[in-house]
Amino acid sequence: MSEQAAARSAQRRRGSAIWWVVLLVGVAYFTVPLVATLQFSLRTKVPFAAYTNVLQDPVFWSRLGYSAMCAVCTIVLSVALVVPTAYWVRLKVPRLRPVVEFITLLPFVIPPVVLVFGLIRVYSGNPIPLVATELGSTALLVAAYVVLSLPYMYRAVDTGLRSIDSQSLTEAAQSLGAGWPTIILRVILPNVRGAVLSGAFLTFAIVMGEFTIANFLFRPAFGPYLSLLGNSKTYEPAAVSLISFGLTWVAMAMIAIVGRQSRGRVSAVGVR
Amino acid sequence: MTAVTATATTQDAPDARPGSRRSWAWLGILPFLVFSGLFLLLPISFLVIGSFVDRSGSLTLQNYADLSRPDIVLAFRTTIEVSLVSALAGTFVGFLMAYAVILAGLPKWLRAPLVTFAGVASNFAGVPLALAFIFTLGQLGLVTLFLRDTFGIYLYQQGFSLYTQVGLELVYVYFQLPLMILIIAPAIDGLKRDWREAAENLGASPRQYWRYVALPILMPSLMGAAILLFGNAFGAQATAYQLTGGTIPILAVKIGAQISGDVLRNVGLGYAMAMGMVVVMGVAIGCYIVLQRKAERWSR
Repeated sequence: MSEQAAARSAQRRRGSAIWWVVLLVGVAYFTVPLVATLQFSLRTKVPFAAYTNVLQDPVFWSRLGYSAMCAVCTIVLSVALVVPTAYWVRLKVPRLRPVVEFITLLPFVIPPVVLVFGLIRVYSGNPIPLVATELGSTALLVAAYVVLSLPYMYRAVDTGLRSIDSQSLTEAAQSLGAGWPTIILRVILPNVRGAVLSGAFLTFAIVMGEFTIANFLFRPAFGPYLSLLGNSKTYEPAAVSLISFGLTWVAMAMIAIVGRQSRGRVSAVGVR
Repeated sequence: MTAVTATATTQDAPDARPGSRRSWAWLGILPFLVFSGLFLLLPISFLVIGSFVDRSGSLTLQNYADLSRPDIVLAFRTTIEVSLVSALAGTFVGFLMAYAVILAGLPKWLRAPLVTFAGVASNFAGVPLALAFIFTLGQLGLVTLFLRDTFGIYLYQQGFSLYTQVGLELVYVYFQLPLMILIIAPAIDGLKRDWREAAENLGASPRQYWRYVALPILMPSLMGAAILLFGNAFGAQATAYQLTGGTIPILAVKIGAQISGDVLRNVGLGYAMAMGMVVVMGVAIGCYIVLQRKAERWSR
């Protein structure tokens, strides 16, 4: 019996060596492209020239700022749209849950390139020629990003709502004389804060890296900027790619931090 | 008389209340319906209708018949191949990596950093990912130069190129693998240690345990994950665009070219192609949801 146990543990040890190899090969595949990008960005004759060039380039900052502004608008709109809807569905119209869930799932089914194709066709002519103006195009871009964020945001908020007793909270607030805006803003929202924040950070990561929609709407966003830089410069794209990776990293770290404090979780599927 | 009215009201009341609520309560989600109508359903309806209309504006099925044009068939085939290969590779390796840190006896602390990193890597896609691989395996990439200078192997003389279908598949795996780790980890958590011990006590070999216990339990999760990964690659545009610029016929890139200018010389055909993509994605996501429900049976 002990012989058998010894054989088994020997087998386990040999087994775990194989698993180490699997893990290390995988980790190498993850890290080598990042190391290569870093190394490439440092190949300039003047040390760190790629970084100083980029950071001194006003275009870099304006594109980064534009995308950040879009991300903030997207998050605010998405939260304003999703939180009351998810709450209302749970509380008052559970019958409509399948409809809302189906709609929030659609952006998974419709590739961004198809969505922007449709948006351009609808809003390039009358009666609402949004694409004709700068502001209109930006509004359309933000609307498209809100659509992209719906699956994550809805699922995160809905999970968050599941863990609180929204019925009792609502009745308690109503008995104290609160109206609907107060209930949603000061009772429901704080209670699903963790879910909303993780949805918000994921949306931030997606918007900052998004290329397809911004490119076809001719928006001065970060994604198209990096793409163009990649075709015109040598070392700077490596620096900007790493900065982009850093932004994603920060957003995910924030999700991990708020996730530890809350029950609402988001599944991470970005924009390819 | 009073008795009659009383029964009348009690009979009416349960009907009338929900009836009057039903007519107004749905208004609470009106903003959501209007928004998704304007920016999601309307654009898609536009494409659907457009795909059934010819240039003179009359109804036709010709656009769908035109999908059999050789260049479009090739685009569908290539996109499906790239998605399939990268999904299978991602499923297989991602599963092994997740299993390695969760159940294979490697230190427990490895899990948290791996999952966090997977969260970042699965979102590190599109343009910067394509660039990162150019810096790695392009003609002047770090790995390319390392192999040339250390081993005298120059990949680009050995028939390898990053700007081919194989290269694209290699790049796609970078966002497939971490996504697999994220979605399969809960399923592996669901494999209870008791089941393995029970199987071993009944005299099962590791092979038998996998064949008759673990794999049947994991199968819906694995298949669901593979299908989700397929869809994940199928809809991708930015990575392929940045890496190959259109030299490899990827559907999303082809539709993109159609947006910029009428490269198909037929807008309706562009709409039909977009619909083809949506149908494939719809089937994939539908299968994923069904399999996910099946898999949830074991996670309770």
